[in-house]
Amino acid sequence: METYFNLFVKSIFIENMVFAYFLGMCSYLAVSKTVQTGLGLGLAVVFVLSVTVPINYLLYEYLLSPGALKWIDPNDPQFVELDLSFLSFIMFIAVIASMVQLVEMIVEKFVPALYGSLGIFLPLIAVNCAILGGSLFMQQKEFSNIFESLTYGFGSGIGWLLAIVAIAAIREKILYSNVPAPLRGLGITFIVTGLMAIGFLSFMGIKI
Amino acid sequence: MSKESNKSITKKKSSLLFINKESEPLFSKKNRVLLTDPLDDNNPITVQVLGICSALAITVQLEPAVVMSLSVVAVMGASNVIVSLLRNLIPNRIRIIVQLVVVASMVVLVDQILKAYAYDVYKELSIFIGLIITNCIVMGRLEAFALGNNVWRSFLDGIGNAAGYGLILIVVAFFRELFGSGKLYGFQVIPESFYELGYENNGLMLLSPMALIIVGIYIWFQRSKNRKLIEKN
Repeated sequence: METYFNLFVKSIFIENMVFAYFLGMCSYLAVSKTVQTGLGLGLAVVFVLSVTVPINYLLYEYLLSPGALKWIDPNDPQFVELDLSFLSFIMFIAVIASMVQLVEMIVEKFVPALYGSLGIFLPLIAVNCAILGGSLFMQQKEFSNIFESLTYGFGSGIGWLLAIVAIAAIREKILYSNVPAPLRGLGITFIVTGLMAIGFLSFMGIKI
Repeated sequence: MSKESNKSITKKKSSLLFINKESEPLFSKKNRVLLTDPLDDNNPITVQVLGICSALAITVQLEPAVVMSLSVVAVMGASNVIVSLLRNLIPNRIRIIVQLVVVASMVVLVDQILKAYAYDVYKELSIFIGLIITNCIVMGRLEAFALGNNVWRSFLDGIGNAAGYGLILIVVAFFRELFGSGKLYGFQVIPESFYELGYENNGLMLLSPMALIIVGIYIWFQRSKNRKLIEKN
């Protein structure tokens, strides 16, 4: 239990997708004009990350990693030595694109109200770097079982949600302040994100 | 984005008016604009807000930034050409998946080549080579340009936008490496005597937040020189 909790806290604060790795920045900057839209996109990201990371974990563990195919025949060197990890990018992106498509169809069919408010953001998620980044980090971290990868996916999603809601709230307030004209809009958002990232750096000292 | 598509529509109309279209030279003025526009007026990072994710994380030193820019140039040039060749064959409904597959196979090629010939840099870039797939510049230009233009123009557009992206990467990496570790491309440029006089490297420059702040300052400079880019809230 303790390892899961540590992993969860670590993926939200210490290894925050936005502030530590700059993943998902494009939609983070584009969709953060109001808190409501930011929250909607954030929730969709949490959902997609917690679905795709475990699926990709299974794929990687039982199909792609070096020697992963030995469950077919443990004695056959042809399977034991096979390394398909160069295929992981294509596999991961295919899983993500089809999951996003599937989620979109399910939401449209069963929760039309949510679809109305999320609609345009759902397809955007397929090209959100945070999603593919989650799977690629999962591959690097070599988790020992599927629940760890689930915790990691869910935690990084929450971290991303936190970041986009925070910046959206700040941008709503910044409209009332007197920013130098050339910095207005994108420029000041970059600098504010930089300052927030410095704040998040203080979490790095925590050892868990 | 919409402004740009309008522009290309009006361009198309004007090219219909001039009938001598077949004899257009390869580097006509219209084609040169495709290369130079993304460097300043329509820069992918500071104006179109595309491809920021990977731009910031790998700019601590110049070397990985240069390798990353070259990889993006290669991927964008190749995938723009391929998608532009296929543009009349791709069914509209599944175009995103087709584009992702084309881009992903190009990225796998770059990934394997780097792994074979530049292993140190490959280790340093780690997952960011893979993230070129979801780099919004690539997808954005495929959607906005390659799907509707001929092969040569798409190629120029791809190279131009990748160069605009590389420009920001190299500028940011230049300042971070110079002030953060006193080096440029791995060579010491700030002489020892400076350090003896009490000069210190600025450790803050090595931390990731400074990349964001440097891009912010770059935007400030760019927009105060090029005032038509200023946003009106």
